[in-house]
Amino acid sequence: MAISFLRGSGRIISQGDRAYKIWVGSLLALIAIGLFAYSFQGRQGLIATNLRDQVSWGFYVGNFTFLVGIAAAAVMLVIPAYVYDWGPIKEVAILGELLAISAIIMCLLFVLVDMGRPDRFLHIVPFLGSPNWPMSVMAWDALVLNIYLGVNLAVVVHILYTGFYGKAYNKKIVIPLVLFSIPMAVSIHTVTAFLYNGMAARPFWNASILAPRFIVSAFCSGPAVLLILFQVLRKRTGLPIKDEAIQKVAELMAYAMFLNLFLLGAELFKEYYSATEHLLYTQYFWSGIGTHTTLVKYAWSGLAASLIAFFIFLVPKWRRNMTLLNVGCGLIYFSVYIEKGMGLVIPGMTPDTLGEIYEYKPTLVEWGVTAGIYGIGFLVFTFLVKLAVPIMSGHFSAVEAEPATSAPGELSAEAH
Amino acid sequence: MSACENSGGCGSEVVDPGRRDVLKFLAVGATMATGAACDLEGFFRKSFRELSPADVRRMTTGWERKYTRKYGKTVTVSEVGPMDGVKFGYGLDLSRCIGCRRCVYACVEENNQSRKEPQIQWIRVLEMDKAHGVDLNHSDIYYDAATVPQPGKFYMPIQCQQCDDPPCVKTCPVGATWKEKDGIVVIDYDWCIGCRCCMSACPYGARHFNWAEPSLPAQEMNPKTHVLGNRPRPKGVVEKCTFCIQRTREGLYPACVEVCPVGARKFGNLLDPESEIRQAMDTKRVFILKEDLATHPSFFYFYAT
Ligand code: SF4
Ligand code: SF4
Repeated sequence: MAISFLRGSGRIISQGDRAYKIWVGSLLALIAIGLFAYSFQGRQGLIATNLRDQVSWGFYVGNFTFLVGIAAAAVMLVIPAYVYDWGPIKEVAILGELLAISAIIMCLLFVLVDMGRPDRFLHIVPFLGSPNWPMSVMAWDALVLNIYLGVNLAVVVHILYTGFYGKAYNKKIVIPLVLFSIPMAVSIHTVTAFLYNGMAARPFWNASILAPRFIVSAFCSGPAVLLILFQVLRKRTGLPIKDEAIQKVAELMAYAMFLNLFLLGAELFKEYYSATEHLLYTQYFWSGIGTHTTLVKYAWSGLAASLIAFFIFLVPKWRRNMTLLNVGCGLIYFSVYIEKGMGLVIPGMTPDTLGEIYEYKPTLVEWGVTAGIYGIGFLVFTFLVKLAVPIMSGHFSAVEAEPATSAPGELSAEAH
Repeated sequence: MSACENSGGCGSEVVDPGRRDVLKFLAVGATMATGAACDLEGFFRKSFRELSPADVRRMTTGWERKYTRKYGKTVTVSEVGPMDGVKFGYGLDLSRCIGCRRCVYACVEENNQSRKEPQIQWIRVLEMDKAHGVDLNHSDIYYDAATVPQPGKFYMPIQCQQCDDPPCVKTCPVGATWKEKDGIVVIDYDWCIGCRCCMSACPYGARHFNWAEPSLPAQEMNPKTHVLGNRPRPKGVVEKCTFCIQRTREGLYPACVEVCPVGARKFGNLLDPESEIRQAMDTKRVFILKEDLATHPSFFYFYAT
């Protein structure tokens, strides 16, 4: 059984039209670049990056943090779909889970490439190593990320596997797992926020607003990816994704964007009005310190993008215009990438704890490794979607004779 | 020679003689590029604190042999533990310090820090304006030590404060760093995964990372080492000041105390009322750095005059 599922899957992902082949080919090229860059870094050590003692986390950790948000956002679609039994989104909730799987894989890879001793990763594994529980937030983070990955993989594999054989998936397995994945999604994001939040040495991170901001911004960026994806799939595969579903997600995003801007404002007020010694880090981000202004342009363009996207999503007439909507998705994605990536990590460490300013910018090697990891993530995602779509729409199953048995409508009908 | 020695990243794995041939075979056969194979032993070893004293001794003799071969001189690796009734404390007299950085260089030599690429120094001396008092955000560590002391400036050396509630220990995901009974916060260089959480958590910039394979010329290598202190470190792990654990656990002063030309540095047993550090604390008013973070340092600053 499993063999024919694997063989069938292999056949599906290796076939496709020209555009698909070009896409996969370019992802493979990215991965090759990444491997080359990483082998260079492996030989030289992390000195191949621009990280130094003053700014000891950078591009890798920033991307990791951003992607945890993307992974957590799957929940955005899963909650209404399964808890409220809400039709139009349920059909596509599985895509959110596929996204979560790909994002978590990228997260784990970013942690791995950032480690000075990746060969010792077993030290953090329960029983084999010595995870420092309950004190170390990083030890918890590694645990919850892996559980989240496991849960989503289990759900997706089960649904695809049963779909492949033309059967309905087992509610008794899927529903509890999906329900469990909701608090897990919140927890991966919260724990990742706590990783920064708990560091009293870094006032920029040591703010209790951090975890709420993490969650809210994830609810902006994660669905943005999915909205674009829905349209691509609709066009290319004829997967029946209704406008209604897209608009519903867009509306939820508008609320999230408002909250996100509000929390940012609250934080800025506190910093600038009280204007303590700790303002320095916020200042480094928004206006620079002296001649050190590397991040300023990103800070403001990120804010502008966030504002414009908010208005696009807020006004119903605008968000119903698909072109505008896509522009808005791009803008909010960019904005959160700045805010939860480099805009979070770098100002936290600049100036360093003894007041020294070291301006960090990623090296070519860091760009290369990062490109490679995104290549892997997109490739995993592409393959998963390629598999899921025909199974969801009933075009691909072992029981070719009765192709209609696993149509998406039925899939969701089985769930309640 | 074991195959391990050529490849980066496995500088400190011990190879038990019985298994050396196997490992050599694996290392050569597998991959010289990543150095992964030569870490097989380290891969499955237990963390330092779980090892029995006999295991530790076996390991240290392994290192002694290896370092002796590598550096061409007799290297000792001590594993002496903390003494009962001893808790180390450090005092720094800001009114005396002239900012000459001799402590910095003495520390580098004593503790086998990487000389360049990356250059690692455990002590940072900050030059600050007398007019502003202790204000880290307006300090300079790149001042010219040849022309000190400058008028209107004072100097504040900062190194690991051996906190009683160390945030670095709390944050380490694998328990590779911990506080010993005598107050010294140590790192197991063979257990650290190089995630640098501790560097983010330390409020004193005390932790330093081996961004590349450390450069330690054989003739400059200090052969008297401690397993949790100044033995040569591999690439990709964190290190920091240990109050010269290899010296102070044998009753010597740390190298920085000995070298300071103006006697600005005091060191001793906080539990002994007669010790130099207690004398300083009893007769001078001391303060600690960033007391609002409640790290409770064992490192005290004071003004003697
Ligand atoms: S000074 Fe830093 S490295 Fe030293 S014990 Fe305190 S937190 Fe840890
Ligand atoms: S870098 Fe090493 S010592 Fe520091 S937190 Fe990570 S594993 Fe622990």
